[in-house]
Amino acid sequence: MSASRYALSVWQRNFAMYRRTWKLNILPNFFEPILYLVSIGIGVGAYVSQMGGVSYVAFLAPGLVAVAAMNGASFEVTYNAFVRMNFEKTYASMLTTPIQPDDVLAGEVLWAMTRAGIYGGCFFAVIAAAGLAPLPTSLWALPLIPLTGLLFAALGIAFSLRIPNIDLFSYYFTLFLTPLFLFSDVFFPLAERLPRWGQQVAEVLPLLHPVRLVRAAFSGAFSPILLWDLAYIFALSAGLLWLAARVTRRRLGE
Amino acid sequence: MAASSRPIDGEPPVVACRGLRKRYRDRYAVDGIDLDVPRGICFGLLGPNGAGKTTTLRMVYGVTRPSAGSVRVFGLDVAREARRVRARLGVTLQENALIEALSAEDNLRVFGRYHRIPRAELERRIDELLDFLELRSHAGLPVRALSGGFQRRLAIALSLVNRPELLILDEPTTGLDPAVRLALWERIRELREGGTTLLLTTHYMDEAERLCDRLVILAEGRVVADGAPAALIRELLAPQALELAVGEPEEAAALEGLDGVRRLRAGRRLVLYVADAGALLETLRHRGATGDPRAVVVRPANLEDVFLALTGTRLEGDA
Repeated sequence: MSASRYALSVWQRNFAMYRRTWKLNILPNFFEPILYLVSIGIGVGAYVSQMGGVSYVAFLAPGLVAVAAMNGASFEVTYNAFVRMNFEKTYASMLTTPIQPDDVLAGEVLWAMTRAGIYGGCFFAVIAAAGLAPLPTSLWALPLIPLTGLLFAALGIAFSLRIPNIDLFSYYFTLFLTPLFLFSDVFFPLAERLPRWGQQVAEVLPLLHPVRLVRAAFSGAFSPILLWDLAYIFALSAGLLWLAARVTRRRLGE
Repeated sequence: MAASSRPIDGEPPVVACRGLRKRYRDRYAVDGIDLDVPRGICFGLLGPNGAGKTTTLRMVYGVTRPSAGSVRVFGLDVAREARRVRARLGVTLQENALIEALSAEDNLRVFGRYHRIPRAELERRIDELLDFLELRSHAGLPVRALSGGFQRRLAIALSLVNRPELLILDEPTTGLDPAVRLALWERIRELREGGTTLLLTTHYMDEAERLCDRLVILAEGRVVADGAPAALIRELLAPQALELAVGEPEEAAALEGLDGVRRLRAGRRLVLYVADAGALLETLRHRGATGDPRAVVVRPANLEDVFLALTGTRLEGDA
């Protein structure tokens, strides 16, 4: 990918749209964590005294920060990017200016990371206000939010570029993101419940790595496996973006 | 190659295509086009749907990569320097790509940032364009609330935000009402007088005849005619046209012995192209072969006749 400062123009286009509607959009970002905390914290939490050495709500909180980042990025590079590319002809119009296909891709990924940052950031703020994020150590989670955004922007855009029909996104959300959400250390410690082969499968899935990193930031306990988590995120993102750049150049330059 | 083909005395053309081809699967959408657009003129690209007009334009501004051949714009190789070339040209796409939730002003701001125009300079240009395309009265309203004519004017304003030396317009007035079309033609003429080179496609022959200094007609990816509108009519047809309602069976008898009359048939309607349509009409009256007298029309031949002759209904007879 050979993106340039023109990627910033693409980012600014999306930002101009968002600035118009952010007051409407941002409220749900705050409600979602509150709903989770109230429902599971007060409901399920009452039956589960402890998990992973902390209260159940405290166990849940870091995983949900990573999930919020995943969701924030995923919507941008799936439905929204698909509409911009195929219906609104946004990219066709950008390519009449000095903007190149690589800039479009880089700008969209940057924007998805920004949305992940807003979404995950709001979530973090609520959790911190509820006293569930030990300060200052949990602040290490903040840079992990856009990093999670990068990973899921790369996954989502690689999928979006290959599908011919917007309805296929329901597969992506239901058959890919939902299982990730359920089996990535968010709701229960995988190591305690899954057999060895199950843990090995989970290790391949992308959400486990951001969750483990954010959880470590919250607990302040460093372990060497976190280096593997970081390496996984960077390597998979880079590989997918390299692929996406090739497809973008071909699709936008036909 | 393109460098050596430049005229030694004159200015190099703004757009120069050589042997341009584009293949999609097993079909050539553009099949060997040579094109020179001199600076400061309005150049038309005409042809039926699927003739390769839009594909040619996309290769000119460097978004579609040619399968063969070369394009130079402003003397630069578009394949290598797309960014530099596109910084100096503007494109109005066939379909408006506006941000419907934003106002006209904000659309112009967003588009200006695509060109990385400094803020103060951009505000100045937006101000000029709101006047030039008469957008000011509704400049602050979301674009989705505005008429098709307003949206089209805004789309053209976007493509002018970088003060392009070359403006490419893909069917600029399709679907607009006559008043809006007239107003847009006026703007296009003003741009040309200001020194902008224009390259446009259109389906409207009256538009091409009025606006274009030169044009080419494309059919199946090739150039089938090239010249000034008036010259094309003169050279390819004849100055005048005689329209008659004469069926195919009577046609041969009516025109027997009349050599050099070009004919075009569309259903019951027969159009004859000659130097003197009045004289031909007299001859046919003597033969009692004019068909329904109420359907007889004598008129100057126009670009539409040339277009149909070259791309549509088969032209029979020969000069």
